[in-house]
Amino acid sequence: MKFDTPAGSNPIDQLKVVGHPIDRIDGPLKTTGHAPYAYERHDVVANPAYGYVIGAAIAKGRITAMDVGAARAAPGVLAVVTHENAGPLGKGSMNTARLLGGPEIEHYHQAIGVVVAETFEQARDAAALVKVTYAREEGAFDLAAVRDSARKVEQSASAVGDFEGAFAAAPVQLDQTYTTPDQSHAMMEPHASTAAWDGDSVTVWTSNQMIDWGVTDLAKTLNLPKEKVRLVSPFIGGGFGGKLFLRADALLAALGARAAGRPVKVALPRPLMMNNTTHRPATIQRIRIGCTRDGRITAIGHESWSGDLPGGQPETAVDQTRLLYAGANRLTALRLAVLDLPEGNAMRAPGEAPGLMALEIAMDEMAEKLGIDPVEFRIINDTQVDPGQPDRSFSRRQLVECLRLGAERFGWRNRDPVPGRRRNGRWLTGLGMAAAFRNNLVMASGARVRLDRQGRVTVETDMTDIGTGSYTIIAQTAAEMIGVPLEHVTVRLGDSRFPVSAGSGGQWGANSATAGVYAACVKLREAVAQKAGFNTADAVFAEGQVRAGNRSVSLAEAAGEAGLVAEDVMEFGDLAKRYQQSTFGSHFVEVAVDAHTGEVRIRRMLAVCAAGRILNPKSARSQVIGAMTMGVGAALMEELAVDRRHGFFVNHDLAGYEVPVHADIPHQEVIFLDEVDPISSPMKAKGVGELGLCGVGAAIANAIYNATGARVRDYPITLDKYLDRLPDVA
Amino acid sequence: MRPFTYERAASPAEAAAAAARNPGARFIAGGTNLLDLMKLQIETPSHLIDVNGLALDRIEPTPEGGLRIGALVRNTDLAADARVRRDYGVLSRALLAGASGQLRNKATTAGNMLQRTRCPYFYDTSQPCNKRQPGSGCAAIGGFSRQLAVIGGSEACIATHPSDMAVAMRALDAVVETVRPDGTTRSIPIAEFHRLPGETPHVETVLEPGELITAVTLPPPAGGVQIYRKVRDRASYAFALVSVAAVVQRDGTARVALGGVAHKPWRVEAAEAEIPRGAKAVTAAMLDGAKPTHDNAFKLRLVERTLGAVLAEAKG
Repeated sequence: MKFDTPAGSNPIDQLKVVGHPIDRIDGPLKTTGHAPYAYERHDVVANPAYGYVIGAAIAKGRITAMDVGAARAAPGVLAVVTHENAGPLGKGSMNTARLLGGPEIEHYHQAIGVVVAETFEQARDAAALVKVTYAREEGAFDLAAVRDSARKVEQSASAVGDFEGAFAAAPVQLDQTYTTPDQSHAMMEPHASTAAWDGDSVTVWTSNQMIDWGVTDLAKTLNLPKEKVRLVSPFIGGGFGGKLFLRADALLAALGARAAGRPVKVALPRPLMMNNTTHRPATIQRIRIGCTRDGRITAIGHESWSGDLPGGQPETAVDQTRLLYAGANRLTALRLAVLDLPEGNAMRAPGEAPGLMALEIAMDEMAEKLGIDPVEFRIINDTQVDPGQPDRSFSRRQLVECLRLGAERFGWRNRDPVPGRRRNGRWLTGLGMAAAFRNNLVMASGARVRLDRQGRVTVETDMTDIGTGSYTIIAQTAAEMIGVPLEHVTVRLGDSRFPVSAGSGGQWGANSATAGVYAACVKLREAVAQKAGFNTADAVFAEGQVRAGNRSVSLAEAAGEAGLVAEDVMEFGDLAKRYQQSTFGSHFVEVAVDAHTGEVRIRRMLAVCAAGRILNPKSARSQVIGAMTMGVGAALMEELAVDRRHGFFVNHDLAGYEVPVHADIPHQEVIFLDEVDPISSPMKAKGVGELGLCGVGAAIANAIYNATGARVRDYPITLDKYLDRLPDVA
Repeated sequence: MRPFTYERAASPAEAAAAAARNPGARFIAGGTNLLDLMKLQIETPSHLIDVNGLALDRIEPTPEGGLRIGALVRNTDLAADARVRRDYGVLSRALLAGASGQLRNKATTAGNMLQRTRCPYFYDTSQPCNKRQPGSGCAAIGGFSRQLAVIGGSEACIATHPSDMAVAMRALDAVVETVRPDGTTRSIPIAEFHRLPGETPHVETVLEPGELITAVTLPPPAGGVQIYRKVRDRASYAFALVSVAAVVQRDGTARVALGGVAHKPWRVEAAEAEIPRGAKAVTAAMLDGAKPTHDNAFKLRLVERTLGAVLAEAKG
């Protein structure tokens, strides 16, 4: 099915099942420990051996010698695979550095081998016996130091009007630089895979957000035809972008299994993850805003610098600045430097998350310069069209509604606009806010739907559920379309034998994947109607029956003994070009800052989201409060500390890389505006998960400023950065 | 984890003797630190002597009016003990500021005292570390050192001691009771128990080879207002940037010990005379001679401000 005109009314609009806060249907499997995760596939793989990954001890250089003799001779060892015996390997199109390094080393903890043994402990012990000699080379590890060598990236560059001239002429100007650090996904489940060969075909039970990307890149790396590779990933213990791509666990499990001649499972140990896998790259962002005295933006410029390995990608931190606020003269630019740190890539709302951390502080600073309330300043600069192409409107944009409702519900009017003078015992308190913005992406997505002789529906798609609720919203979609109770729908996900879906990433999964299921269900409805002798257009599907006029036929009967199967792919036309599709929101935060020590405690958080139809308010709320929690981490603590001499992330475990604990997270409230977006898909939904993160960091930064009068432009906002600027303690 | 042999000790003296016979031996009690380090091959004992069966898990009054805390008393039990809560509040608060409920259920009094540093370079076996591998160098000096020591460090090591409990014990003038391999016992004041790194950062206490902690004794209650204030980057489950253990008397005198600043709980008795002159004066005296790094210079100011908060709180 091709979606190229805005959706009219369709069966989803009945909202008998879709739009309801239904408990996740995979909940019992998870809470009883029966959901099979990649490292524990005892149900499908007998007697696996264990692989332990060896990581490079240098950031850049060459292996000059590798002695695996002692490891091979160690108790229980079945195989040792290194670049010397792995055979020729390709490189995945989504990978920047090779997943099995050597002799060249591209980054610290790049995998340089896997030791396979009968037990995990034997593999780990033997891995420690591998002696590696390196020739270390100098590398670039400090973004600030190589900033001037960064090259311009065409992607995300834009210029409208005369930015420089308008900025210079603006009566009120802001020109500030902000920095965001390298960050790690830090999902709970590590990268893990179990691999088994059958002849020259390999099956990998893994933990991966994008099944087809994974199959494609594993086939490419192993130099196999794609049909010889199967990936299965029904449950994922968190990904956050860290599992979008084929990673070393899957490749080394496959190589280890081939070498050992039996199934092998490999999980990356936590201390290896931060440097072996991808991370969100650090940014340096310069923002310039020029305004009239009454608060109208006349010039807005956003430039961002980030680094990556040669051939890598920039962090697209400036994209939202093309679209979020009005202004006739505009500039965005990205610059990318070569850094020999581990590979940078997508993490938790890439682009907008770090971009808004900077932009939304800048807006707060500008509002203060203007003497205009920060909420009002954003409202003044709302635009209903793409400011770079005024003939192109947003499909649906309710930013102003989100701002006004949020301000009202949060009690924004009680905010003291003068910072640093609200004291409550030992605490300085303050309020902050930010706009939320994240583009809505749509991706082609396929599904297969079966109707069996009992009138039960099974949906199969390689879509993944990374904890988001995909199982549930897909079941809701099929139940709505076919007219059966939710309990009569079985959803099977994450297997490359199923139709290729949008996968989970960039908050495109929910809308795109359910649209794919919608398309397959439309086909199934046609098949059922035809079988029952109805015109498809007349047929009504409800309560396990298909009905037209006075006649009705049960779905079981229509399916017959053989059942009916339909498969389709939802493809998206050019509506995303004709209209700007984005999601909007507002974040409000109250913080308390210890007047003596500067410790921050968040007291309340509110997110208001306008993101199309909310398919399941319960799972959507879970997504948003999780995202808000990530925003707390980004604002206050998450930072991969770079050793600039040796080129690696020093705090590479969960003791050193801090993410919020329960005690950091206060009352969180989420409001979804009643919205449908017929330009987005037949579901009229948009992404919402990442919207919940975009802007949170700046709202917290602005609240800390309001509480203390200390403006910190360098994330994370740890107390050492403003301790000397706190008001005097009485 | 390298293969190791294992035995259960029958008595404290036998445990100490067994340890002396096996130079590669380690005692194991709660294992909350040792097992992690063994998995990473930072600790590679060839022999483990399990002391959990020794009857060292009681808290008993001493004839002097203090408390004798058995080496195996779990952190949870110690923090919850009514006598500790009533008379040694700073200790109970320090314990509850550390780790998590699950860890405190396992971790023991002696084990907490002997915790090893959380310096990230100590944990990365690809990096040199004089504490992990004597003579290999110190990657932390000149590296990422935000958490590390500001005073008492050396050219060989700038690690900190991670314990909260030991900081409170230092403020309370606790005494460590031990048994040696020859069966003799001794009492070591906590001030002398932990060592500064010097040229031998791998030697962290004055314990002799095989010597086993049997108890930690607290003197009679010190009274006063007892406060433990731990400052960190998140609200729970993190090691201290700095911490302050204080026992403040109504007359304004006080005992103060610091955590997160040195290779051992940091107390300078002479500096306590400065209390009437305020936090700034006390901090200057306590941290006289500090050599912070670029990353952790903020700790000096943070100590002063945290101590200021503690003294203000003590006044009520």
